[in-house]
Amino acid sequence: MLHLENFVQHTDPSLLTRKDFVPSNEVRWCPACGDFAILAQVQKALPTLGIPKENFVFVSGIGCSSRFPYYMDTYGIHSIHGRAPAVATGLKIARPDLSVWVITGDGDALSIGGNHFIHALRRNVGLKVLLFNNQIYGLTKGQYSPTSEVGKKTKSTPDGSIDYPLEPIRVALGAGATFVARVLATDGPLLGDVLLKAAAHKGTAFVEIYQSCVMFNEEAFETITEVSTKDDNRVILKHGERLLFGKNKEKGIGLNEKGEPIVIDVLKDGIAKVVVYDQTSQTLPYVLAHMSEGLPTPFGVFHSVEKTNYETLLVEQVGRAKAKKQGSVQAMLEEGESWVVE
Amino acid sequence: MMEHQQERLESVVIRFAGDSGDGMQITGAQFTETTAIAGNELATFPDYPAEIRAPTGSIAGVSGYQIQFSASTVYTPGDAPDVLVAMNPAALKVNLPDVRAGGIVIVNQGAFDKKNQEKAGYTGDPLEQTKNAGFRVFPIDITGQTLGALSGLALSRKEAERAKNFYALGLVYWLFNRSSAHTLEWIHEKFAKKKSEIAEANVRALNAGFAYGETAELFSQSYVVPSAKIEPGRYRNIPGNETLAMGLATAAELSGLELFLGTYPITPATDILHHLSAQKHLGIKSFQAEDEIAGICSCIGASYGGALAVTTTSGPGLALKGEGLGLAVMLEIPLVVVDVQRGGPSTGLPTKTEQSDLLQACFGRHGESPVPVISASTPADCYWAAIEAARIALTHMTPVILLSDGYLANGTEPFRIPDVSKIPRIPVTFATKAEGFEPYGRNEKLVRPWALPGTPGMEHRIGGLEKEDKTGRISYDGMNHEKMVHLRDEKVRRIADDYPATEVYGDESGEMLVIGWGSTFGGIRSAVTRLRASGKKVGQVHLRHLNPLPKDLGEIFSRYRKVVVPEMNLGQLAMLLRAKYLVDAKSICKVQGRPFKEAELTKALAAHLEA
Repeated sequence: MLHLENFVQHTDPSLLTRKDFVPSNEVRWCPACGDFAILAQVQKALPTLGIPKENFVFVSGIGCSSRFPYYMDTYGIHSIHGRAPAVATGLKIARPDLSVWVITGDGDALSIGGNHFIHALRRNVGLKVLLFNNQIYGLTKGQYSPTSEVGKKTKSTPDGSIDYPLEPIRVALGAGATFVARVLATDGPLLGDVLLKAAAHKGTAFVEIYQSCVMFNEEAFETITEVSTKDDNRVILKHGERLLFGKNKEKGIGLNEKGEPIVIDVLKDGIAKVVVYDQTSQTLPYVLAHMSEGLPTPFGVFHSVEKTNYETLLVEQVGRAKAKKQGSVQAMLEEGESWVVE
Repeated sequence: MMEHQQERLESVVIRFAGDSGDGMQITGAQFTETTAIAGNELATFPDYPAEIRAPTGSIAGVSGYQIQFSASTVYTPGDAPDVLVAMNPAALKVNLPDVRAGGIVIVNQGAFDKKNQEKAGYTGDPLEQTKNAGFRVFPIDITGQTLGALSGLALSRKEAERAKNFYALGLVYWLFNRSSAHTLEWIHEKFAKKKSEIAEANVRALNAGFAYGETAELFSQSYVVPSAKIEPGRYRNIPGNETLAMGLATAAELSGLELFLGTYPITPATDILHHLSAQKHLGIKSFQAEDEIAGICSCIGASYGGALAVTTTSGPGLALKGEGLGLAVMLEIPLVVVDVQRGGPSTGLPTKTEQSDLLQACFGRHGESPVPVISASTPADCYWAAIEAARIALTHMTPVILLSDGYLANGTEPFRIPDVSKIPRIPVTFATKAEGFEPYGRNEKLVRPWALPGTPGMEHRIGGLEKEDKTGRISYDGMNHEKMVHLRDEKVRRIADDYPATEVYGDESGEMLVIGWGSTFGGIRSAVTRLRASGKKVGQVHLRHLNPLPKDLGEIFSRYRKVVVPEMNLGQLAMLLRAKYLVDAKSICKVQGRPFKEAELTKALAAHLEA
């Protein structure tokens, strides 16, 4: 067998810095595009993972976000619209030794590529899936996307969109994802932290990244990014900690008798009513993934559980088959009914 | 007791037909193995219903198995059965029209009750009608005789009745002077572990059928087909889907690569997935994808990672894979797409055969998207075609489409087991020298290097956007695009440089060249043989490579007065040949879900000779 290990010597990952992941070619996103912040955080995170540079592969589909691989000095495939999870799945199955990252967008992953997206999550292939959600089609210059709010006025919906959006976190949870997180592109520290957690996760790690399209959907996340309102409109999910928010953490998230999230006034109602977050829960992430008007938007790790990943199970099956049956192609050809002509 | 005569025959066609629950495929397979051991040349064709389980006794539920065996070379399972074994009225109704005039029809009289006759759509006595139509009808109560032979065994009536196919088999063994030994051995192996009474029942039924032939004085004679001259070796009788799967596994071994199969189930290709999924001990990784698109896209990923990647499909699936193929063309990475063609368009005739995806394979993509296309011509040839497809893909860094079809997929012929160590290796090298590495640099065959992720210092990005020559960087430059379009085209054209000279069967020049591709091989070869025997100067070329076409083809055409192309489509290869060679190629077309019959093709070709 031709195994790469037999004729290459891996580089030392401890020597890597951010600069090793910056390619010589220029980055061609619109000035002030939210993608720049994500690129910077990824380039910062990779050298800390202890993985040789040559073992990273970035696979993307089509869209602004999918240009990402060109801006990383790693191996990469800029594939076709919506299919990155399928391409990445094949690569990861063939080469479990690689660290495979999927870069996708709301249109790429949830519209044209919806099928591949849910099946990659269901199988729990060891991929890191970063979904840049700007709630708009940017590369085709401004049509509403499957995550756009109802009533969105765009070039293709001059009278406002009339279809209801998908909630990516709920789709991922529904597909059985084992790691589900949401971050804001502009929240560098949290993004960096979540990327490290995603990298450490052995199954499919899904990270939704809210990112503004400065050309076509700049106001999408205004209330949660604006300095004056952001504290009241964001809640950070921390495993084992109470869901507190507000400038002085004076508010919390509780659940009413129907199990729906409500705002708790900590001083008035008491801190005991504030939910202690559990990322292993099956239901809590789903309930919090889409909170109604008046409630803050959660960020951080929604869900994280351990489950053996697809490629490990497959390699185990192959190993068991080999242990059970010492075979060769010649033996396969000769198996079964046969006769000899002299 | 009457003295039995033995008649020598050169060649015989038998069809076993019954309800899908009657065990006709087993009966056919057993007769085939016994016949092979007896040293005959043979070809077979199983024909099962499209439905998983059609209603018992219905027309839709008829399952058949045809074998032609001979003292000389056999190219097809035969046109018209000399002997039909019909286990119920529906089987008689469906199959009688194919039986040769005056042929032998053995029916299981026990199944010819009023209810079954009605289900088959008969009014009046079907046996009488068959006799009146000039067939030699032998009504035997196979069900009753079987039950009688099994009395005393601890079996339910239903279980006992199930042995009736072995009774029929025993009878046919007697009729053709075959030994029951192989089948007796097989029964013991197959059933002994399950339930010994069932093994015993099948043995008794087989022996009873044989004895009936000998003693019942029903047949005035039995038949002998002498053994043929066959290339020595070990043989198996297996369908094309299985030989194709084995060819893929062999190609992986020959190239030293891991085989990755990324596939979505589709009739009639699915058995390739089944077969390879059971070969994990060889290190084969099979992945059942969520759809056809994911099938090919997972292959693109696996190929980028250094595997021999294969996706299998049929016509509608190939359409879905079109976009992925375009990406593979742009990436210039090796992969094999197997299209086991069926009747189309749309869902069409999913269990029936056709050759109507040729133009889709050659052109069914966006942009200037050249893809090598090759075809298999017989069930055993599927093995060699799979190796050739992988060889072209790996040595030319390109996706390759391999065309099989429903007839090859399910049809069987003896497959001579090769010695894998004697098959030429498929040379594969990965680029590892970082210095001077250019992702889209090319060798003299215009083939770019295969650089795998995990190789230090060669990090590069590939993708669907147009590449700058050599560097592989994104380029929107029009002149560069034109250059790259020509490079990709020329790269595929140069594959033809390595072809061996095109083989011509029959006359090297003369009145007519018959040119075909794929599963029509046997029919064409038989027809050409017949025409030549009648003194006509006819040659046959059967194409392995459909894109690029062999370079010597134009010169070969010039040696004949006429070029005729029989195809199971409306003239797709003929269209290609006319376009490329300006030759006045004539088409003979058939799209009935069934292969050409020797006689009809001979007639059609003869008409072209006279025209």
